[in-house]
Amino acid sequence: MAEIKTKNDEQLHKKLDSYLLKRLIAYFKPYTRYIVLAVFLTITVSALAAVRPRLTPIAIDDKIANKDIPGLQTIMLILFGTLMLQGVIQYAMTYLTSWIGQNIIMDLRMKIFEHLQNLHLKFYDKNPVGRLITRVTSDVEVLFDVFSSGLVTAFGDIFTLFWILYFMFTLDWHLGLVTLSILPFLIYATIIFRKKIRVSYSRVRLLISRLNSYLQEHITGVSIVHIFAKEKRTVNEFEEINQEHTRENKRSIFYYAIFFPIVELFLAVSSGLILWYGGGEVIQGAVSLGVLITFIQYSEMFFRPIRDLSEKYNVLQTAMASSERIFTLLDEKPAIVDKKDSVDFEQIKGSIEFKNVWFAYNNDDYVLKDISFNIKEGEKVAFVGATGSGKTTIINLISKFYQINKGKICIDGININDIRQKDLRKNISVVLQDVFLFSGDIEKNITLGNNKITNEAVNHAIDQTGLRYFINSLPDGIHHKVNERGSTFSTGQRQLISFARALAQDPKILILDEATSNIDTTTEMLIQAAIKKLIEGRTSIVIAHRLSTIQTCDKIIVMHKGEIKEMGSHQELLDKRGLYYKLYQLQYKEDVSA
Amino acid sequence: MKSLLSLLPYIKKYKKKLTLGFIFIVLSISFSSLFPLIVGNGIDAIKSGVTSSQIIFYSGMAIVAALIGGFFLYMVRQHIIVVSREIENDLRFDFFSHIVNMPRDFFNKNSTGNIMALATNDINSIREFVGPGIMYTVQTFFRTLLTVSVMLYINPFLAMVALSPLPLISFIVYKVGRMTHARSLKVKESFADLTSKAQENLSGIRVVKSYIREKNEISEFYDISRDYFRKNLSLAKVQSFSFPMMYLLTGVSLVLVIYFGGIEIINNRLTLGNLSTFLIYLGLLTWPMIAFGWIINLTQRAAPSMQRLMMVMNMKPDIADNSETDNKITLDNIEGEIEFKNVSFKYPSGYTDVLKNINLKINKGTTLGIIGHTGSGKTTLINLLSRIYDISEGEILIDGKSIKQIPLRTLREAIGVVPQESFLFSTSIEKNIAYSHDNLDYDKVIEAAKSASLYKDVEQFPEKFQTVVGERGITLSGGQKQRTSIARAIYKNPKVLILDDSLSAVDTHTEEEILNELKKVMKNRTSIIISHRISSIKNANNIIVLDGSAIKEQGTHNELISLGGIYYDLYQKQLLEEEIQES
Ligand SMILES: Nc1ncnc2c1ncn2[C@@H]1O[C@H](COP(=O)(O)OP(=O)(O)OP(=O)(O)O)[C@@H](O)[C@H]1O
Ligand SMILES: Nc1ncnc2c1ncn2[C@@H]1O[C@H](COP(=O)(O)OP(=O)(O)OP(=O)(O)O)[C@@H](O)[C@H]1O
Ligand SMILES: [Mg+2]
Ligand SMILES: [Mg+2]
Repeated sequence: MAEIKTKNDEQLHKKLDSYLLKRLIAYFKPYTRYIVLAVFLTITVSALAAVRPRLTPIAIDDKIANKDIPGLQTIMLILFGTLMLQGVIQYAMTYLTSWIGQNIIMDLRMKIFEHLQNLHLKFYDKNPVGRLITRVTSDVEVLFDVFSSGLVTAFGDIFTLFWILYFMFTLDWHLGLVTLSILPFLIYATIIFRKKIRVSYSRVRLLISRLNSYLQEHITGVSIVHIFAKEKRTVNEFEEINQEHTRENKRSIFYYAIFFPIVELFLAVSSGLILWYGGGEVIQGAVSLGVLITFIQYSEMFFRPIRDLSEKYNVLQTAMASSERIFTLLDEKPAIVDKKDSVDFEQIKGSIEFKNVWFAYNNDDYVLKDISFNIKEGEKVAFVGATGSGKTTIINLISKFYQINKGKICIDGININDIRQKDLRKNISVVLQDVFLFSGDIEKNITLGNNKITNEAVNHAIDQTGLRYFINSLPDGIHHKVNERGSTFSTGQRQLISFARALAQDPKILILDEATSNIDTTTEMLIQAAIKKLIEGRTSIVIAHRLSTIQTCDKIIVMHKGEIKEMGSHQELLDKRGLYYKLYQLQYKEDVSA
Repeated sequence: MKSLLSLLPYIKKYKKKLTLGFIFIVLSISFSSLFPLIVGNGIDAIKSGVTSSQIIFYSGMAIVAALIGGFFLYMVRQHIIVVSREIENDLRFDFFSHIVNMPRDFFNKNSTGNIMALATNDINSIREFVGPGIMYTVQTFFRTLLTVSVMLYINPFLAMVALSPLPLISFIVYKVGRMTHARSLKVKESFADLTSKAQENLSGIRVVKSYIREKNEISEFYDISRDYFRKNLSLAKVQSFSFPMMYLLTGVSLVLVIYFGGIEIINNRLTLGNLSTFLIYLGLLTWPMIAFGWIINLTQRAAPSMQRLMMVMNMKPDIADNSETDNKITLDNIEGEIEFKNVSFKYPSGYTDVLKNINLKINKGTTLGIIGHTGSGKTTLINLLSRIYDISEGEILIDGKSIKQIPLRTLREAIGVVPQESFLFSTSIEKNIAYSHDNLDYDKVIEAAKSASLYKDVEQFPEKFQTVVGERGITLSGGQKQRTSIARAIYKNPKVLILDDSLSAVDTHTEEEILNELKKVMKNRTSIIISHRISSIKNANNIIVLDGSAIKEQGTHNELISLGGIYYDLYQKQLLEEEIQES
């Protein structure tokens, strides 16, 4: 069941590494000072590390050979002191780089999360939640190695490299060139390897994303898996992705398994060359044996950072594969942005106007066709119509969740494109058709953490929705724990909480999209009586399939296949003997005959 | 640490491959240590004067040794690291298989985010331990063993001196290990929180947006990120310790050896040459020691993850087939007569009985209507029938046999439920409808869609039944989702059909259409219809009114009307509504 449009995930904008790197480096900026400090510490540590090999010969050749015990003790103390110092600095350096790395990771994570909050709903229609979770969590985590020790120690390695190169070339530049002769081959191998490993890593990240999406979807839908007894198939489907993930990882292991021995081999060849060329020189007397020995030692010191660097280069590739994904997400432009010159809009009056609005979720597959209506301030309007006729869509448009294709929507006579989303939504409360509760407690689900909502408002909302009875039956009352999606409440109870949430906002425009569809008649009537008072002086829009719930509306708008078919008061529409009349007849007749 | 023992069965499975891997480690180390020897001999040879062909021989030998060593290194990775990936795969598979079979209650208690974190992040930590952890442990162990034996051979006294910090090392390793363990557990838990928060926020993004809670969400997410950040740094404080510590201790060894060695030389008990050789070998020990510190970190990072994982893996699914199960009962011999006998039920996390002393009989092929207040236990009642939860008291029988005797799979295959909340998978509409079967019969899909009055809607989509819906069915309208869910249950062709408030999101016209169609579907099939609307259940053979955790009224529509109780009251109210409307 995991046909979550992976295409989208695979169509990453292929970006140049240098470009990605530049963007990554930008995140280092705020920590430049600390990074400089860390690099400085690294260099200090490597300088201190050179002390030991220098002091040891003195201790042996000088002090011990001369039986100078106090001298030996002094040297030992110095040696011990440097060791301690080295340890302390090493510790500070390691911690500092972790600190830098964690900071950058957190910055980036927050940036992604914030960006996600601003993205439009159309984006969410298309992207599985599991994939987005992967971006915020593990994709970012992968970058830690680069952001922490990776870069800093790379500085250290490069520093060492130049330092040794300098010594080698001052000692004997012929032999220096011989040592360097393998470098082009090494670079060539790295480039080939890079390409392979990059593709592989990219696939690994993709598959992790898919694993997460599959998990997310099937854990949230586990009840369906259970009632259809499809555990086995679910596990098999999961295993397919799991296997593919393993296969791809094995492929990258294979590349590694080849690459590392090859690097070793190149280094061995280089040593062999030095021995062969240097040995020849020694025989000819052009080079002294001492120089050759020193050179072989240097070459080993030279290879260690090269080895490290090639390893780091790989870590970088993993990071690149992740950052490609992250930046593709960050580059996703929110389709709905507030204009700079938006009208300031504190308190709205509440009139709504649609003028020849056309809208399609996809391409030009119009869901709303040429919709025009006018809702006056304080009016109570109902939308009726068959399922799928576009009622919820109209509501989505009023809150500007989607951008219309043609026409104009105005609130208080102002085009909603000129109103900030925040100002607009602040004044509108919608009870969504799909109920969603957050984990936490009941109170938090009503206020949603908005501390402008007073306790009275919360209690008032609870009374009006008839939730009081239920809440009183709970030992912790309003602080009763809510599990993910409210899984321990009945569907009706959930709907009531989401209803109370809308009322507590005290909005200028109240929109109820099938807000009482799962609620029993008694409670429903109670709510209706309560709401009657509440919506006085507010604009309200009601969507309901039960015509009974919309009885007293000022205006009823009848939708059919994305078009407005009829509009008028209950009586007017009945007199018209059109669609509404038929609908009404059906329901009325049915209940009477019951 | 102990928790890692649970890995043994997984490791055993790859015994052969791992053993080979170990052998390759030994071989690769042997060959790579050959390399400096050859170069050394080469230099000695040059010293004593050689021909250039001999030099070529030595250089060639060195390269050949490196080549063979490299080959073994390749084999090591291809064995040990590959095994670690296999084990990761097995662990994840086992974990998911286990999870999927856990009862609903488990999912009420464990957040989706936490489960996801376990399946990816924690299993990954364990993998890091299994692969590189094992590989480096063996390498380190072998190297240390080799070096220490040589050292003991050269000079036992100096070797003891060199090893004297060992007890201290062990103590520190123990301490640091424990601290790492505790802190790393906190990091893992915090990561799970982070995942949970992201999961909830992104799933509820529509609510977040419509109530402009973005800022608030960001600040809550920030708090959790910050917490994660802090826990990570607290771990880093300990982890950063191990590397310098090991380095320092090997340094101390060196200082001690030079000092005591020096005194020995001064006392003429040791030669200078001996000391130099000894020092070279001691130097060889530095890297394994540091690697050792690193392994400790890896292990202590994996152990808490394993602990978290095992906590879930050790939970037994309490709703599963057991000795009571009678495997002879198959789908074909289920008729669909249902009986509740003195059933009482309390939710595991609840504090009062949601259902008390329920006695109810539904004859084969008849329809039961259930009506009752929000929260009166209607959904609970039908969940008990499919054993989503197990009853605490009483007995539920199908065809006279306790449902605990029927294999769980058979039971659930016999019952088709349209849940109160529609959940669709993000795949095509046809696959959603045909979810109950592994192969898709297009004609049956169309038939089911027609029965659910869905056909006309879907025909209007550009891609018809191949239209892929968003997660949870998000790109469909409320009614379309619900009807797809009805079609899915019809396609299943179950012995018992249950509709839980399944017409709540459709208009009156469609409702009537569906009810008419359902009449055909429900013919000769036991069915249960839950509804708040009398219109949907009035034709049922039997209707129960649930109230205050008990069946308050029972009978046919007409009987209940003449009873003049709750049902009658409801009926009046619903009639009244229509009348107001008319006026
Ligand atoms: N996010 C979406 N992406 C693509 N198509 C959508 C989306 N949401 C709804 N649609 C389609 O738009 C049409 C109108 O849907 P809408 O939700 O507005 O119907 P509705 O009148 O509210 O119906 P209902 O009474 O069933 O809730 C439907 O055909 C639906 O499939
Ligand atoms: N998993 C659970 N843990 C604890 N309590 C629960 C759980 N599920 C439901 N409840 C409680 O049990 C009671 C009955 O719930 P149930 O879902 O059966 O109601 P219902 O009759 O289906 O209501 P509705 O008409 O709203 O769907 C409710 O008070 C509810 O809060
Ligand atoms: Mg709708
Ligand atoms: Mg229910």
